[in-house]
Amino acid sequence: MKEDPTISLQHLYKSFNGKEVLRDLSIDVEKGESVVIVGGSGTGKSVTLKHIIGLMQPDGGHVYVDGQDLCCMKPVQLNRFRQRFGMAFQEGALFDSMSVFENIAFPLRRHTDMNEAEIRRRVQECLEQVHLHDVDDKRPSELSGGMRRRVGFARAISLQPAILLFDEPTTGLDPVISDVIADLILEMDTTLNTTTVTITHDMKVAFKIADRVAMLHQGQIIEEASPEVFQESQSPIVRQFIEGRADGPLTEIEPVVQAHIPSAEER
Amino acid sequence: MNRVFDRIGRVFLRLFEQTGLWFRMLWRTMMWAIRPPFEVHEWLRQMVRVGVDSIPVVFLTAMFTGMVLALQTYNGFQRVHAENFVGSVVALAMLRELSPVLVGLMVTGRVGSSMAAEIGTMRVTEQIDALKALATEPVHYLFVPRVIAGILMLPLLVILGDALGIGGGYLVGVKLMRANPVIYEQNTYQFLQMKDIWSGVIKASVFGLILTLTGCVRGYYTSGGAEGVGRATTNAVVSASLIILLSDFFLTKLLF
Repeated sequence: MKEDPTISLQHLYKSFNGKEVLRDLSIDVEKGESVVIVGGSGTGKSVTLKHIIGLMQPDGGHVYVDGQDLCCMKPVQLNRFRQRFGMAFQEGALFDSMSVFENIAFPLRRHTDMNEAEIRRRVQECLEQVHLHDVDDKRPSELSGGMRRRVGFARAISLQPAILLFDEPTTGLDPVISDVIADLILEMDTTLNTTTVTITHDMKVAFKIADRVAMLHQGQIIEEASPEVFQESQSPIVRQFIEGRADGPLTEIEPVVQAHIPSAEER
Repeated sequence: MNRVFDRIGRVFLRLFEQTGLWFRMLWRTMMWAIRPPFEVHEWLRQMVRVGVDSIPVVFLTAMFTGMVLALQTYNGFQRVHAENFVGSVVALAMLRELSPVLVGLMVTGRVGSSMAAEIGTMRVTEQIDALKALATEPVHYLFVPRVIAGILMLPLLVILGDALGIGGGYLVGVKLMRANPVIYEQNTYQFLQMKDIWSGVIKASVFGLILTLTGCVRGYYTSGGAEGVGRATTNAVVSASLIILLSDFFLTKLLF
């Protein structure tokens, strides 16, 4: 019998100021699976990810994680529940008032009763996992973009979460570092045996780390398949996105965007 | 005509919305304040920031206010031959009114603004989301230590301000205006009651709560990048100052 999915988004709806971002979005993620959600900018990828961890509440629909409905939880309960997640943010989102060590130690100090020596050991483990050395005392502002993300990864895994979420892990990095980061995610996914959801628009990364790729378009999942099958997809939208062409169904929605521009000028 | 009403309606709606939000966040802060873990280290850090680091500003503000008050009242009272009461006026005015309000406003400019800017920057760089993702409620980790620091440290700053203001008045009265030091001192104490002191201290605590909470709330609801942070900072100072001045009247009415 198939196991219940770890994460199950069911018929999500979300609008901001009357603009619908998610429109009946549904997707399941099985335990231990690595799912990559791809899509253009502004299609609701980040919004989807934030729903999974309860940083946003849907206008309609349900988010189930390990069988529990996030939408029905009280804030205190939800807060505690988030210990099951590790989330790596786009630019790292490191606390800039703390050193690298303090950043990674932060969740350990708050949620475990480890002593100082154990915390030190665990932080070192996490840093080794992301292949960083001698950065403990550095401030986030002293690190390069790639290093900041790795520290973000290290912080996300410090509590040994069952679910890892990556928000655009390679955006703004050069191709070589992007590939290194993709390898790292792959490595973390296998050694830590986590359920992983990544959002990105970098197809190379997506094909490398995914067990399953899902394409998000206009607030809905329009295609969902293993990387091999996804690459061969005949859907014109998916084809245009994979090939990165300027002409095609994806760019035809532009007149809608342009229709909004005059109102922006009025201000 | 409709547009005018529309505007007025909008202003009032926004006012009610913001007031509701402020009290909701106050409630949430109170609820989280009694929950472990208690980040004592963070509490102390904020107390240093609100209290100790504000001493130079309070020192100058209170001292010169006391001095100028003595100077002005001396000139005025001389006309009706009431110079002897300068000491009483300075002491009463400083304790009951000037020290709490001026310290409140100065600390708002110094600390309330920086709290709004700090938390606002954390919001626009996703650090607030990161806190939540690390199973840490931002109200618990950010609001509680700051608000507690405000409530505890403002009274201490005000007591310091009281002493400095009265001292400044004494300097001007005795050294500059050649008042009799013994009589000046006597008059300073003669008409004072304990409630003059504690009412100022209570006011200070309330102002401490107002300025820190307003700074935190404004920062927390920042949107729109660097410009948004700037707006949040300005809003924090303006609204906290206004709330302090308005509540000052009602507190005075209530406490006397």
